[in-house]
Amino acid sequence: MPEIRYTKDHEYVRIEGGEGVVGISEHAQQQLGDVVFAETPPVGKALKRGDPAAVVESVKAASDVFAPASGDVIAANSEVESTPGLINEDALGRGWLFRIKLADPSELSGLMDESSYAEFLKTLG
Amino acid sequence: MRYLPLDKSEREAMLTRIGAPDIEALFADIPADQRIHGLLDMPLAKSEMAVERAMMTIANRSVAAGSAPFFVGSGAYRRHIPATVDHLIQRSEFLTSYTPYQPEIAQGTLQVLFEFQTQVAALTGMEVANASMYDGSTACGEAMLMAHRLTRRNRSVISGGLHPQYADVCATLAHMAGDRIIRLPPDLKASEDIAAAINDETSCVIVQTPDFFGNPRDLTPIAAAAHARGALLIAVFTDPVALGALRSPGEMNADIAVGEGQGLGNALNFGGPYVGLFATLAKNVRQMPGRLAGETVDAEGRRSFVLTLSTREQHIRREKATSNICTNSGLCALAFSIHLTLLGAVGLERLAKVNHANAVQLAERLSAIPSVEVINTHFFNEFVMRTPRPAAELIEALARRGVIGGLPVSRLLTGAGLDDCIIVASTETNTNDDRVAYAQALADCLR
Amino acid sequence: MNVQGRPTRPETAATPTGETFTGNRGLDMEEALIFESGRFDATGVDIDEPPPFQSRLGPHARQSAIELPGLTEPEAVRHYVRLSRNNYSIDAGIYPLGSCTMKHNPRLNEKMARLPGFADVHPLQPVSTAQGALEIVEALSNALLTMTGMDAVAMSPKAGAHGELCGMMAIKAAIEARGEGETRRVVLVPDSAHGTNPATAALIGYSVRSIPAGEDGIVSVEAVRSALAPDVAAIMLTNPNTCGLFEREIVGIADAVHEAGAYFYCDGANFNAIVGKTRPGDLGIDAMHINLHKTFSTPHGGGGPGAGPVALSSRLAPYAPVPFVKREGGALRLVEHTEGRPSFGRMCAFHGQMGMFVRALSFILSHGADGLRQASEDAVLSANYIRASLNDVMSASFAERPCMHEALFDDRWLKDTGLTTLDFAKAMIDEGYHPMTVYFPLIVHGAMLIEPTESESKASLDLFIMTLRDLAIAARAGERERFQSAPILAPRRRLDETRAARQPVLRWTKPQPA
Repeated sequence: MPEIRYTKDHEYVRIEGGEGVVGISEHAQQQLGDVVFAETPPVGKALKRGDPAAVVESVKAASDVFAPASGDVIAANSEVESTPGLINEDALGRGWLFRIKLADPSELSGLMDESSYAEFLKTLG
Repeated sequence: MRYLPLDKSEREAMLTRIGAPDIEALFADIPADQRIHGLLDMPLAKSEMAVERAMMTIANRSVAAGSAPFFVGSGAYRRHIPATVDHLIQRSEFLTSYTPYQPEIAQGTLQVLFEFQTQVAALTGMEVANASMYDGSTACGEAMLMAHRLTRRNRSVISGGLHPQYADVCATLAHMAGDRIIRLPPDLKASEDIAAAINDETSCVIVQTPDFFGNPRDLTPIAAAAHARGALLIAVFTDPVALGALRSPGEMNADIAVGEGQGLGNALNFGGPYVGLFATLAKNVRQMPGRLAGETVDAEGRRSFVLTLSTREQHIRREKATSNICTNSGLCALAFSIHLTLLGAVGLERLAKVNHANAVQLAERLSAIPSVEVINTHFFNEFVMRTPRPAAELIEALARRGVIGGLPVSRLLTGAGLDDCIIVASTETNTNDDRVAYAQALADCLR
Repeated sequence: MNVQGRPTRPETAATPTGETFTGNRGLDMEEALIFESGRFDATGVDIDEPPPFQSRLGPHARQSAIELPGLTEPEAVRHYVRLSRNNYSIDAGIYPLGSCTMKHNPRLNEKMARLPGFADVHPLQPVSTAQGALEIVEALSNALLTMTGMDAVAMSPKAGAHGELCGMMAIKAAIEARGEGETRRVVLVPDSAHGTNPATAALIGYSVRSIPAGEDGIVSVEAVRSALAPDVAAIMLTNPNTCGLFEREIVGIADAVHEAGAYFYCDGANFNAIVGKTRPGDLGIDAMHINLHKTFSTPHGGGGPGAGPVALSSRLAPYAPVPFVKREGGALRLVEHTEGRPSFGRMCAFHGQMGMFVRALSFILSHGADGLRQASEDAVLSANYIRASLNDVMSASFAERPCMHEALFDDRWLKDTGLTTLDFAKAMIDEGYHPMTVYFPLIVHGAMLIEPTESESKASLDLFIMTLRDLAIAARAGERERFQSAPILAPRRRLDETRAARQPVLRWTKPQPA
């Protein structure tokens, strides 16, 4: 079962070997409403943790998606660009945004695991 | 006071419910030292009759264009507007409604915008248009910024045939944003080599046709030159009626077409309010500024219209917005649309033909006067006239004889060596008597 | 990540009510697009064919046909009249949109704007023949200076946001003139500000530093002092602010900003609350745009045109854009070139929204000093009256102090009802009201911002209040259907905005043959 980590900003990174698959959480997709547009970073782009990496838009809101960890972009999900609704339907699966080669796996220890994120969501009220 | 419905006893009752002793208590947060205690130093309220009298006195101190043979264009055009247009735009529901943010009760405005967008796209030969900008000059500036976003470059090349005030607007924006701008010198005869100024850092080339001096231009080779270097072509026009006679920006491979829509449906109004037209290719739509009306359905499946792709705009994107624009020129866009609906393509082409015919006849008549030269080989409804007299004083001399003869180029372009040039415009509103009067007055002035 | 979203399509399909053959419902009428009802080979304007002449178009003549229909006059009139009837308008009812100042648009203004001496004057005809037009600019300019207590007015900006740009450009020019253009790159903006503020700052190369409002809804001098630094060019404040409150620490803020070598931009969208009660110049403001289409009654026209002249302090006056009007001897001159002045240049072609100047001046002359003050007082009185009348059934924000011309509510009172601010707003439509501004400002949850203006009679205010009370009580009593399915009685039910954004259709296209 691949490990998954969450940021306070509602991004997730699913760890697969030395790579991370990044998207927005189930909570984020619910809050955002119908996603109408997604813009993924270009392949090859070097991201540092916290850099604005992608954009996800609903009708009324535009959200920056920040890189949860540092690394080069090795793939971007073209499906969400043509079918942004995937992010609502399956945020953790087919609604992934981009994949990075993790530059520094130790960064991940600063992020929340599944149960910590669930606790964190409760505090948001 | 006729606009204020509350009376004294009502105000008192309202204060009682609020629990405030007097109206000043509601202004308590204004620091004491900065409160105005009496009245502003201005006259007191006036009756409607008194206001009319005061305003009419001022109005009578200008010469209305319709009261004299009138030949000024250069970015604003005197048109005959069908009576229907002004009546319809004064309907309460068009005049006094707000931006259609609650689409269920604004389908009137939204459908008009959808029709307007279609008309502008069709007219310019482009794929998609927005719901209007403030005017042609700011639309031009916004097109430049859009090109920078699309190409990720910031060097603009501006034709010497672009309206000088449009070029000034671009220059102001460029300076403020730290962008580079290359302004080619005033190009009286459309002979500049604009392709030579394009390089690999160029984001856009901005060319007006018909240009400021009245010359129609073939943009196709310029588009090719721009595209070869990864740059975009922005085509500009200042009279929409010109598109009824001349090749459209879309036909000439422009990437963005912008222009002034005043020439349809809107009075001269000393420069505003006008209506900016903005159109582009479908692939560029996310970088296009301004409002957009789109088609959808409601909960009952009925076709409906709604403002869409709003996440480009400032109220959502804030500092990442495509521009800071909030307003379109709604009522002016409506007037444009009604006029064009009445005309249709058939009427627009006829109207363009009459404009051109009048300009041709005028040019012939004026150039028959010894020492008068009409510079342009080709033109639509404006051309440059050159005489031995300095243009600025000649125009004043003509005005004293009751003829408003055109724009002295030196008014807008100082130090360009064009002080003997006048830009003369003629629309369908000019009669043969106007032309005769002009020729007569001009001949007198040049004796 | 910004996750303030809300539903943007109807949750369930609605059953059509009262189906008819035409789709019309009595006077509520459907209307096709002109491209569907008009003929592409027709025209509704009679234009005489010119006598034969020699074309001078050369090779530039249009080759392809333009596909646009023409409608005869009766068809066109019917089209637009039927469309217009699907719109709400101020003439039809109260339009309580906070920060929009939807006051009555006097018809005298329309009559004056159409006088040939104003409407039929070309911006580039000889200035000697346009003295009346320049007099209007001068007269309005003087009136605005009197009301603001400031030194100069830039008249050319075409809208409020354009005016913001003008003010910020003047500030940038002033800073560059001091040689600090490289060091001062930051603009302070409160998080309650309208989106145009940070967008404007970013457009001219500034980065934005956010200042939080206090618990009491206003910006404190301390908060500003903490944010001020040598890299700050300006602060942009709205006063009264977007929560409807007067920024009572504004003088201290202005002093702090000036001490730090920065400038004070004020968003004048809410000027309607304070005309004749205080002058922005006395508060230390350096630049303030004025929305003529808000405070001075020029019509909103379904989205525009606006006009946004900018009042400037003596610190910024030298940098004002061209053109401007100057009195020289007995005549008025139009200064169109910078002529060696430190002006930052030109913002638009020609001279400004003359048509709106005439309307605004007509409004100002009609009201006079006494009427203008009364209008501000009535606007503030009406907003407080509404707040006091609803505060027991709805939750007013920052209710400890009087509000100014607009009353802010949040959605605390809807907790446990399962209803949102949006649902409440849509239910107002069925009652015949345009909803108030919703979800703005962003600093309060589910904001509802109500601005009645001075144009409402007490009877109108009372009916509005009673209706909102009725709705609020129904919401709290657990009625849901009435809200979640609203609007039912408007020309359209809730729209699928998701579809409009995912599959944008931005123009009519000729249907292709199958």
